[in-house]
Amino acid sequence: MTDIIRDRKVVTDLWLLLKPPDDGSLPSVPPSGDIIVPLALWWRRRDELLARPSRLGVWLDSNEDPAAIAEDLRLFGVVAVRFPKVIDGRGYSIAYLLRERYGWRGELRAFGDIWRDQLFFLASCGFDAFSLREGEDSREALAAFGDFSETYQGSVRQPLPLFRRRPPSSHALLPGGSGHLEPPLSARERGGGEG
Amino acid sequence: MYRYDEIDQTIVDERVAQFRDQTRRFLAGKFSEDDFRSLRLRNGLYIQRYAPMLRVAIPYGLLTSRQLRTLAHIARTWDRGYGHFSTRQNIQFNWPKLEDVPDILAELAKVQMHGIQTSGNSVRNITTDHFAGVARDEIVDSFVWCELLRQWSTLHPEFSYLPRKFKIAVAGAEADRAAIFLHDVGLQAVRDGAREVGFRVIVGGGMGRTPIIGHVIREFLPWRHLLSYVEAVMRVYNRYGRRDNLNKARIKILVKERTPERFREEVDAEWAHLKDGPSTLTEEEVRRVEGRFTRPAYEPLSGDDAGHAARVAADPAFAAWVKRNVHPHKVPGYAAVTLSLKKTGVPPGDATADQMDAVAEFADRFSLGELRVSHEQNLILADVRQLDLHELWQEVKALGFATPNIGLLTNIICCPGGDFCSLANAKSIPVAQAIQERFEQLDYLYDIGELDLNISGCMNSCGHHHVGHIGILGVDKNGEEWYQISIGGNQGLTRAGAPASLGKVIGPSFARAQIPDVIEQLIGVYLQLRESDDERFVDVVWRTGIEPFKERVYDGHHQRQESRDRSVVAA
Repeated sequence: MTDIIRDRKVVTDLWLLLKPPDDGSLPSVPPSGDIIVPLALWWRRRDELLARPSRLGVWLDSNEDPAAIAEDLRLFGVVAVRFPKVIDGRGYSIAYLLRERYGWRGELRAFGDIWRDQLFFLASCGFDAFSLREGEDSREALAAFGDFSETYQGSVRQPLPLFRRRPPSSHALLPGGSGHLEPPLSARERGGGEG
Repeated sequence: MYRYDEIDQTIVDERVAQFRDQTRRFLAGKFSEDDFRSLRLRNGLYIQRYAPMLRVAIPYGLLTSRQLRTLAHIARTWDRGYGHFSTRQNIQFNWPKLEDVPDILAELAKVQMHGIQTSGNSVRNITTDHFAGVARDEIVDSFVWCELLRQWSTLHPEFSYLPRKFKIAVAGAEADRAAIFLHDVGLQAVRDGAREVGFRVIVGGGMGRTPIIGHVIREFLPWRHLLSYVEAVMRVYNRYGRRDNLNKARIKILVKERTPERFREEVDAEWAHLKDGPSTLTEEEVRRVEGRFTRPAYEPLSGDDAGHAARVAADPAFAAWVKRNVHPHKVPGYAAVTLSLKKTGVPPGDATADQMDAVAEFADRFSLGELRVSHEQNLILADVRQLDLHELWQEVKALGFATPNIGLLTNIICCPGGDFCSLANAKSIPVAQAIQERFEQLDYLYDIGELDLNISGCMNSCGHHHVGHIGILGVDKNGEEWYQISIGGNQGLTRAGAPASLGKVIGPSFARAQIPDVIEQLIGVYLQLRESDDERFVDVVWRTGIEPFKERVYDGHHQRQESRDRSVVAA
């Protein structure tokens, strides 16, 4: 059992994530225990997996389409996304789609080549569980959730972009602006000093 | 400039703190070179041929005198006393020490500047027309839209690990001075019949190894949908852009492989989910951002200045400078001025700390405290009273920034090349200098007329050689530096009937020493073939094709002999 970060706490992971052996065959399935299976295994042995007494999760590789499990999400206890290399950013869009388009509300876990410096972005895209690469200190990494106190754009974590959340006082219009000016907008044309 | 509010400042400060901690952990051996690489690139820090190179964003090319003084201070304190203005409205410092970079970024943050996303596979500094806000052919002030896009793209959680870098350019005027057809996304402001502002959206243009003119995928995107539509483009790209081959990872390859039509369908399908959602822009937000820009307090002047006209008439040298380096302004009595960083003998785009301080002073005295950096690697004072032009000219002349060559052959766009850059196949700066020396005669230069000459030291084409009327590309053959020449490129629709186009290679490449001769031969052909003074070099190339040029260059016995010798060596 290893430690993972879930909901910004370090916890012991009770799930066994099954990876295919190097020869590309499907991994063997233990008779009991909570498991997270690769997408291919889910496709091939769906009924058998559902018949097991324990909880089931599925993981997607970065080149796999989340639409493939959209209809099945209610069957899973966790969905995980693999980051084969830190520079492979497809997993961020997969997370966005699972949350925003397919409505996944359960645990969404990132694993693979990720460490503390990706946590802030991963969390913004909807991941709430993180299995950091080997050698990383999960406890130290928790600080990364506070790297930024504010973000400009909307995200899964904060669906409203900053401009829809600003206090009304900072919405002051231009001097003389009545709110009914011709749409944008040439600042210099309109004149009027900033005072 | 756009003035940060508290939140803008906090984000940049937090970014500095984050990078300081990352650098500390790296220097303490907590992670590998490779791991650190993916982090430092997000802050503009490369490890270059001789030292780290730090690229600082000059968002959409707009600077205040105070910011320029900070850049000078950085050059003096942490570098060797100069900086290099790049072709993407950034400035690069070539000699900082790695451990100093957090301090440099902190210094930048004090004047609302940063190195965020100036490298790495993310949305880069958004570029625009260096005459934004002052051009007579303006449709909108593109700075406002650039800033909206800057905020949207800054630290975007989903699009920070794209298949490859992503460059967006915005044109807000009739003429395209931002090369929007040669960007990953180009946006051209347009107004519809009801005068509502929207954007023509162009995707998949670019230079580099596979130069492609971008495709229009939407003729009119109402401004409210700008962010959600760009988000749709980015999501399709992030999911399906190639990641197996670095050379095929730009969006232009995806658009080409999918076909522009199919790519547009995919974007539209994605956009259908986002349209009218939370990222739909509001008039309030556009006004808010617009209102945070300082606006020049123009004096009410009645029109063109009579004294200025008299001085132009009396002084031919001044008149020459005015003709080439002074540009019309939408406010009566004002003009925009280009300070040329293309003096012969100086690497194009380089400026010393002292020069930066002096230009900051000019900006304060003559141009309401602001200036711009152009993608042609010059500095622009955008708001100068016509009556001050003569005085300004005398001062910039003394500084070496008055070379009256804007739009002419010696206004060379040039990357740092093999002298500095570890990617380069060949040097580019000495080539630029040799050409500038050959064409130093101003009368001859004026006779040749408008001509863009661009030089890149390698296929990454930072010197924009594909879109030079004459383009020069450094290539490596068996460890030797050779130069391939193309003609007929054009950076964008800067005049009617002359759209963006890619140059055609005229034939086998040349040794560095041959280049000035070859350029002179090309010019010779042009001068013979042109039908009027209005017909530019590139117009003749388009009219006649490259054949007459090719014939002259390769049939001259001198050239042919060397060319053969070279092919024997190369074989």
